[in-house]
Amino acid sequence: MQKNYIRNFFKYLFWLDFLKAFGLAFKYFGKNKTTVNYPYEKGRISPRFRGEHALRRYANGEERCIACKLCEAVCPAQAIVIDADVREDGSRKTTRYDIDMTKCIYCGFCQEACPVDAIVEGPNFEYATETREELFFNKEKLLENGDKWESVIAENIKMDAPYR
Amino acid sequence: MTEKKVKINDKVYNFDQNLTIIQACELSGIQIPRFCYHERLSIAGNCRMCLVEVVGGPPKPTASCAMQLKDLRTGPNGEEPHILTDSEMVEKARKGVMEFLLINHPLDCPICDQGGECDLQDQAMSYGLSKSRYKEEKRTVDDFDLGPLVETHMTRCISCTRCVRFTTEVAGIDQMGQTGRGENAEIATYLSKTLDSELQGNIIDLCPVGALTSKPYAFTARPWELDKTATIDVMDGVGSNIRVDTKGNRVMRIIPRENHSINEEWISDKSRFVWDGIRVQRLDVPFKRINGNLVPTTWDDAIEIASEKINQGKTTFVSGDLINLEALYAVKKLTEYIGSTKVVGDFETKFNFDCRSSYVGNGKIEDIDRVGNIFLLGTNPRKEATVVNARIRKRWLNGANVFRIGPMEDLSYEVTEIGSSFFDFQLFRDKMIAKKSFWKDTLFLVGQNFLKDSASKDALNLVRSIAENEGARFLVLHPNASTVGSLDLGFLTDAKVKADLFRESDVVYNLGCEHIKPKNDCFIIYQGSHGDVGASSADIILPSSCYLEEDGIFVNTEGRSQYAFKAIQPPGQAKENWRIIRALSEKLGFIPSWNDLNGLRAELFEEVPSVSKVDMIIEMPLEKSKKIKRLVSKKPLSVYKREYYLSNIICRASKTMGNLARSRRPLALEKES
Repeated sequence: MQKNYIRNFFKYLFWLDFLKAFGLAFKYFGKNKTTVNYPYEKGRISPRFRGEHALRRYANGEERCIACKLCEAVCPAQAIVIDADVREDGSRKTTRYDIDMTKCIYCGFCQEACPVDAIVEGPNFEYATETREELFFNKEKLLENGDKWESVIAENIKMDAPYR
Repeated sequence: MTEKKVKINDKVYNFDQNLTIIQACELSGIQIPRFCYHERLSIAGNCRMCLVEVVGGPPKPTASCAMQLKDLRTGPNGEEPHILTDSEMVEKARKGVMEFLLINHPLDCPICDQGGECDLQDQAMSYGLSKSRYKEEKRTVDDFDLGPLVETHMTRCISCTRCVRFTTEVAGIDQMGQTGRGENAEIATYLSKTLDSELQGNIIDLCPVGALTSKPYAFTARPWELDKTATIDVMDGVGSNIRVDTKGNRVMRIIPRENHSINEEWISDKSRFVWDGIRVQRLDVPFKRINGNLVPTTWDDAIEIASEKINQGKTTFVSGDLINLEALYAVKKLTEYIGSTKVVGDFETKFNFDCRSSYVGNGKIEDIDRVGNIFLLGTNPRKEATVVNARIRKRWLNGANVFRIGPMEDLSYEVTEIGSSFFDFQLFRDKMIAKKSFWKDTLFLVGQNFLKDSASKDALNLVRSIAENEGARFLVLHPNASTVGSLDLGFLTDAKVKADLFRESDVVYNLGCEHIKPKNDCFIIYQGSHGDVGASSADIILPSSCYLEEDGIFVNTEGRSQYAFKAIQPPGQAKENWRIIRALSEKLGFIPSWNDLNGLRAELFEEVPSVSKVDMIIEMPLEKSKKIKRLVSKKPLSVYKREYYLSNIICRASKTMGNLARSRRPLALEKES
């Protein structure tokens, strides 16, 4: 008890807390800046980043998705709804591919399940919308995402490939 | 039956020695993987997946489907033969077989319709290697056209030959076969013919991989996302057990359920592929006729008009071919209240049946398996009851004789022709009457054309008297699902009575019958599910549910009542049939004691005990037939005329059935007049 009195007395007398804070401030003053000037600057993200979904196409423009419905089956939030049918040329294609982005939990199971790398969670995380309805993605929107982000997505998949 | 002691995995069992190892294992609760073996087909033994080890037997694994228990050798000191189903040898052998099967299998599961219900997929999970050691090129096989029902992807085929065995043994057509050896072995059709069996859809179920898949169902759904409803088929009078797979409120496919007493595990193509007819041509709002045009109206208005008209004039109620027992019962109660008459729409005789055993018979479908002589009396079971025909063929293959009175038609088995008229039948009966053992072992299948004639009553009496005196059995084949039910409830079939009624009635209340001929100024109230001939001639249309959209009871041709269950919701404002009649009854001043289906059924079962035991046939004692007249009519019995694939309103709405009918048109009989 007696000891604390003495310690506090000297602490107040010599502004020890004040000096300690200054010390810390000066220590970081000389170091590199850790914040970024978002949205003009962005942090680096992993190639495995799970952001906005996209449906990819092959190089010849053919959509990859073959309507196997594995993503629909695996989705733990049941955010994906698929209807399929025979396309005119006899191939198996979706007639409807909806993802409810408000339900999605971004677990990435859909891209894990996909046998043809059609549905992927791309690097985009900036797709906030003004209305809820805009987050109900349909096939058209997803394919558009795929076209927009294809180069980045392809690069990311290539980078991640050695670890699979 | 001699029993044999066998030891399976260290447990001793006693089995009939004629069983195969796979059957014995099945009975003792052990699952053996298999591709080619099927309970209702002959044994092929070519997939080699069912290998087991027999201790003390040959030093190699044994195909359990092809080895009978009686062929197993007992040990030197009389020890029972020992079968191992999960030993190291078995495991290794099955893994080897699986690896070989997967060598040429394309592994395109994501685009294969069988994915999720594929035997190869399932068994590869237990016996497949995770990596392929096969680096060479896989083989591919050309697909071929099997018609509008079955899609082929022959690269996926593992040559189990189930389809070949089914088509040759059960369906009785020889259009499929296997050609080539080794890697070049292919399933193919001879002369590139399409299948022309009414049972071809069953090869889709039989195919253990995705080589044969359903064309109308192609790519539309996955088995895991389908809701399954076990119900009853109404496309014919057999009452085949089916499972309806739905997604949301759409029927995606229909597949058979096993019921040994009725359809074994087959269903006809009509039952299997009719589902696309349920979606289209539907009546979804009530209509009334104004100035010659049908315009939509409300339920209240429609019921109001209908009840007014019924109050004003003489009304006749006509039952349709797809209507369930509850609705018919509601009609029966209503007719009793207002004092009108009820007739069967789609079935006509020149007499009225006097007892249940005369329109049902004392036989069962299962009896076909037991008897040595099958008599077809004016019937074409291939068209009237397709799965029953498969059963007759099975019995014929096992040595039974099939006799026929009636027109010559191809039934997929050999038939001894007795003649074509009642007189021929009389002659045959007189010739054979002394042979007691012959008749004791006989089943008569009485068809529509046997009952249509003016002398039919005497002919039926003759059949009954043979059944009564000589111990024969007879079964009346009704081609419509609701006929026996309506007869049980006292609907009349006499053509003369019907004609008189239609001439006199001011109002006809039509429950889905398509071809009635009332007088010109008659007011027709049509209650049904699809817009067809019947609806277009109506003055008021009350939209109702079809057989997959309401719970109901159907009595099949052998008098067995079975529950059909609701699989989907009726479209729009359509209502259950019994509800519509209940509402109408109330409007007419008759308030039934029941308000729901259970109450209705309770009263129905009490009043009509013959249908009260669901899934069972209540054996009716044969009533003494009246005095037997000699049959003298030499008029040949007529040909079954209904176009098979277009026999009811749902079929006629179905695109698949239309395609089928068109593909058969050159062979099909002339259209129903």
